[in-house]
Amino acid sequence: MRRPAIALALLLSVIPLRAQSPDQARAAAPARLEVPYRLFTLTNGLTVILHQDRTVPVVAVNVWYHVGSANERRGRTGFAHLFEHLMFEGSKDVKEGDFDTLLEGAGGNNNGSTSNDRTNYVIDVPSNALDLALFLESDRMAYLVDAMSPERVNGQRDVVKNERRQSYENRPYGMAEIELDSMLWPENHPYNWPTIGSMEDLTAASYQDVVDFFKKYYAPNNASLVVAGDIDLDKGAAAVHKWFDEVPRGGPVEPVAPPAAILTSVKKKTIKDRVQLPRLYLAWITPRAFAPGDAALDVAASVLAGGKNSRLYKRLVYDTQMAQTVSAGQQSGALGSSFLITVTARPGKSIADIQKVVDEELDRLRREPPSAREVERAVNGFEASFYRAMERVGGFGGKADQLNAYFAAGGGPDFFAEDLARYTSLSPDDAQAAVIGWLPADRRVELIVEPEAQR
Amino acid sequence: MTPTRTLLIASLFCSVCLVALPGAQERPDRSKPPALGPAPSINLPPIQKRTLSNGLPVWVVEAHKVPLVQVNLVVQAGSGDDPAGKFGLASLTAAMLDEGAGSRSALEIADAVDYLGADLQTTSSPDASAVRLNVPAARLRDALPIMADVALRPTFPPQDLDRLRQERLTALLQARADPAQVIPFAFQRVVFGPTHRYGTGQAGTEATLKAFAPQDLQAFHAAMYQPSNATLLVVGDITADVALPLLEQQFGAWKAAAPVRRTPVPTAAQPTQGQITIVDVPMAAQSQIRIGWVGVPRSTPDYFTLQVLNTILGGSFTSRLNQNLREEHGYAYGASSRFDMRLSAGPFMAAAGVQTDKTAESLQEFFKELNGIHALVGPDELTKAKNYVALSFPSEFETIGDLAAHLEELVVYKLPDDYFERYVPNIQAVTAAAVQKAAATYIQPKKFAVVVVGDRKTIEPKIRALNLGPIQFLTVDQVVGS
Repeated sequence: MRRPAIALALLLSVIPLRAQSPDQARAAAPARLEVPYRLFTLTNGLTVILHQDRTVPVVAVNVWYHVGSANERRGRTGFAHLFEHLMFEGSKDVKEGDFDTLLEGAGGNNNGSTSNDRTNYVIDVPSNALDLALFLESDRMAYLVDAMSPERVNGQRDVVKNERRQSYENRPYGMAEIELDSMLWPENHPYNWPTIGSMEDLTAASYQDVVDFFKKYYAPNNASLVVAGDIDLDKGAAAVHKWFDEVPRGGPVEPVAPPAAILTSVKKKTIKDRVQLPRLYLAWITPRAFAPGDAALDVAASVLAGGKNSRLYKRLVYDTQMAQTVSAGQQSGALGSSFLITVTARPGKSIADIQKVVDEELDRLRREPPSAREVERAVNGFEASFYRAMERVGGFGGKADQLNAYFAAGGGPDFFAEDLARYTSLSPDDAQAAVIGWLPADRRVELIVEPEAQR
Repeated sequence: MTPTRTLLIASLFCSVCLVALPGAQERPDRSKPPALGPAPSINLPPIQKRTLSNGLPVWVVEAHKVPLVQVNLVVQAGSGDDPAGKFGLASLTAAMLDEGAGSRSALEIADAVDYLGADLQTTSSPDASAVRLNVPAARLRDALPIMADVALRPTFPPQDLDRLRQERLTALLQARADPAQVIPFAFQRVVFGPTHRYGTGQAGTEATLKAFAPQDLQAFHAAMYQPSNATLLVVGDITADVALPLLEQQFGAWKAAAPVRRTPVPTAAQPTQGQITIVDVPMAAQSQIRIGWVGVPRSTPDYFTLQVLNTILGGSFTSRLNQNLREEHGYAYGASSRFDMRLSAGPFMAAAGVQTDKTAESLQEFFKELNGIHALVGPDELTKAKNYVALSFPSEFETIGDLAAHLEELVVYKLPDDYFERYVPNIQAVTAAAVQKAAATYIQPKKFAVVVVGDRKTIEPKIRALNLGPIQFLTVDQVVGS
C-alpha cells in the first residue's frame, strides 16, 4: 500500500457477524442491493464502468490493473508493489509532486494498493474535479515512463524498504505472514513470495525493469476503470473518452499459469520473533475466490471464530482463557485461497494445549454440522455487511472498488446480490462439508512463533 | 446574478452531451491541468431535535439510501473523568457494558446482537463514552431493548470483569514488544508526567487494572451515565416520528439520580526546555519518533487556523514533513503531525517511524520543518491546504456512521448548530498571517520533548552529537508498565 494506514482500530473492527433475517427484511432486501451501472469498452481495450450515487458531491475514480505480485519472477519479488509507488511520482504532463499537489488542492484524496492478483488505484475528488482526476489517471496510464528516471526508482525503493521495516520486520509477528506463504505454496507458485518482496530483490530492481513492466502490464487492455458517485452518466462517459481514447493499446497479457498447489502432509515450523506471547498459525490451501466452497469456508470461519459465541473464541478466550485472541478466515485469491486460524496464547499457556482444543473443535465440525442458528447468525452478519458496503462509493472497498473487483473476478460488475446469495443459500451441511473437504488435519501448515529469549 | 447565463450554460452542456459519442473526441489538452468548475456544496439533512419524557435529548437525521439505522448514545464522561489512582475506570466501565446487562449474560447479548446482523460497540474516549448500534432498519425494534439494557442496566459480573482485566493486562504485556505501541506510552508520559490524566494510557495501568472491583464500575456508571448527561443520536433509514416512540419505550423511564459533576482535566504545565528521551529496543529495524509538547483544547479559538497550519506541516501527503522525510530523503514510509484536541489541552506531536541508521538525520529534518513553519507561508501552499481541508469536508458525511460521529462532535464539544455550515467559510477565512502567529505560539521546537523508541546502541551517539538537549533514558517497563 502506498500510504501508511493511520486508523488501525477501524481496520480491526471488521469482524464478520451474521443470521437469518425476518421475512420482512429479507423481502425488502434485494432491490436495495442493486448497483446500476453502464459498461463499455474503449477501442484501446479499456473497460469502463460508470455508476451514479449522488449522496455526497464526490466522485470516485478507481482503476484496477490486472497485475500483482503473482506476475513477478524470482529475483524481482516486490516489483509490482514498488511499481505502484512509482505511479504517483509524475508522468509526461504531470511534474513530480504535482499528482498529489493538484489533487489536494482540489480537496481530493488518493491511494493505491497491490495484492497477489491486482494493483488498484483510488482517487476520490469533489465532483467538480472529475476532469482533473481523469487527466492524472490517463496521463500515467499512457505516459508514465516518459517521466521515469533511475533517481525516482531509487527514491521509492527507499520508501518501500521502510514500508517493509515498518509493516513486517519491526512489527510483532510481521515475519510470520511471509513465512506462512512460503510454507503453504510450492516454491514455483507465485503466491510463495510476499507482495512486499525481499530487501535483496528491492535493491536489484532497475530502471529498465520499470520500463519493461509498464509496457507489458500497464496497458488499457489490461485494466478496468470505474467512475462512480456524483456524475451525470453521459457527461461522465464523454469525459472518459476524452482522456483515455488516446492511451495506446498494449500487447496481450498472458494469464498467470500457476503450478498445482496441494499440501500432501503436515508441514511444521517454529520461528522466533521479538514478541511477548507465543502464537499458533494453522493454514490450508482452499478453493479460489467465488469457487464452490469459498463462501462456505467464510461461514465456517465465522462459526469457528466470529463473535463471542463462536466455538474457538468461546472455548479458548471466553471459557478457559488459554488464549488472548483467536481469528479464522478464508483469504480468497484469484489463483487459490488459504484458510488461516490464528491463536495467541495467554502468558504461561501452552501452544500444544491450544492446538489440541482447535483440533477438537475442527473434529466436532467434521462429525456433525453446526446448528442452524450458528449458520443463520453468520449469514445475517454477512448480509448486514453487504448493506454497509452500499454506503461508501470511494476508497478501498467502496462501491467503485467492488464494481472493479466483481468485474475482475469474471462476474458482472453488479454481482452484489449474487454474491450475497452465495451466503444466504448455504446450509449447515455446506459448512460441515467445507471443513471436511478443505481443512483436513493431515494436510496443513503448522507455524508457531515463539518469543526470543528475554533480554 | 445572471440567470440567463446560467440557462445558456446548461443548454450548452446539453448539446455537448448529445454529440459526445465514442470516437468523436478531440485530443485533450494536457499542457496544463484541466480547470476546476465551481466547488459543489453539500446540503446536509437537517438535525431534528426532540426530547424524551425524562428530558433525554434525541437528535434525528434522516438518511434513506441504505436500509440501516445508526443509534448512538453519547455520555459526557470519559477517561478525563477518571479519579486519581483509578486511571482506566471510564474505559473499563464502557468495555464492560455488554458483558452482562439486564437479565442477559455476555454470551446472550453477543448472540442476540450477532443474530440480528447488528453491530454494537461500547467505547470511551478521553472526553466521552458511547454505546453505538448499527442495525438493519427492519430489526431496529429488536435491537433497541438490548442496547438499552447494555447502556442503562449493565451488571458488571465479577467473572467477566476478571476476564477483561486479564485481556487488558495481557495487551499491555504485548505492547512492550512493539515499538509502534511503546511510542505513544513513552511520549504521553514524558509530556504530561505520571499524575496528569493525559500522561497515562486510557486503558489504565497494571496497578489500576489489578485493583478495579465491580463496585468501582457500578459507581462510575451510576454517577455519570444519566439522562441529564447523555444524548441519543439517530441517523439513517427512519423518520423522527417512527423513532421517537421506540426510543421513549426503551429510554424514557431512565431516571436521573444525583446531579452529574465533572471535574475538568487541568491544563498540563508546558515544558520549558528541550529534552531527549530514548527508550531502548535492541535490534529494532526502525526508530519510532515523536516530537512535541502540550497542544491546545478543542475549544481553542485558533481551531480553524490550526487545521490549516497542521495540514501544511504534517497533516496531508504533500505536507512538509511527509515530503521531506519520505519523498525527499526516503527515511520513512510516512511522517505526520497533529494536534490531539480534547476538552483540556492534549498533545501536539510530529511523528514518524524511520530506518534505524537514519535516526539522527531524521531528527534534523524534523527540526528543519518545525523551525521552517515560522516563516510566512506562501499563497499557493496556503490555498492548497485550505482547499484540501474545505473541499474534502463533504466527503466526511457519506455514511450514517460518519454522520453520527459528526453529531457526537457537536454534542461532546458543545459546538453551535450551524457549525458544519460555517466550517468551509471558517477554513477559507484563515490568513497566512494567522498561520504564522499560530506557529509562533504553538510550535516552539526549542522547548519540545523528543522521544525515540529504538536501538540505543546504534542511534545514541549520533543523536548526542546533534546537541538538541539533555538525554534521558527510560525503559519499556517504565513507560508501559506503570
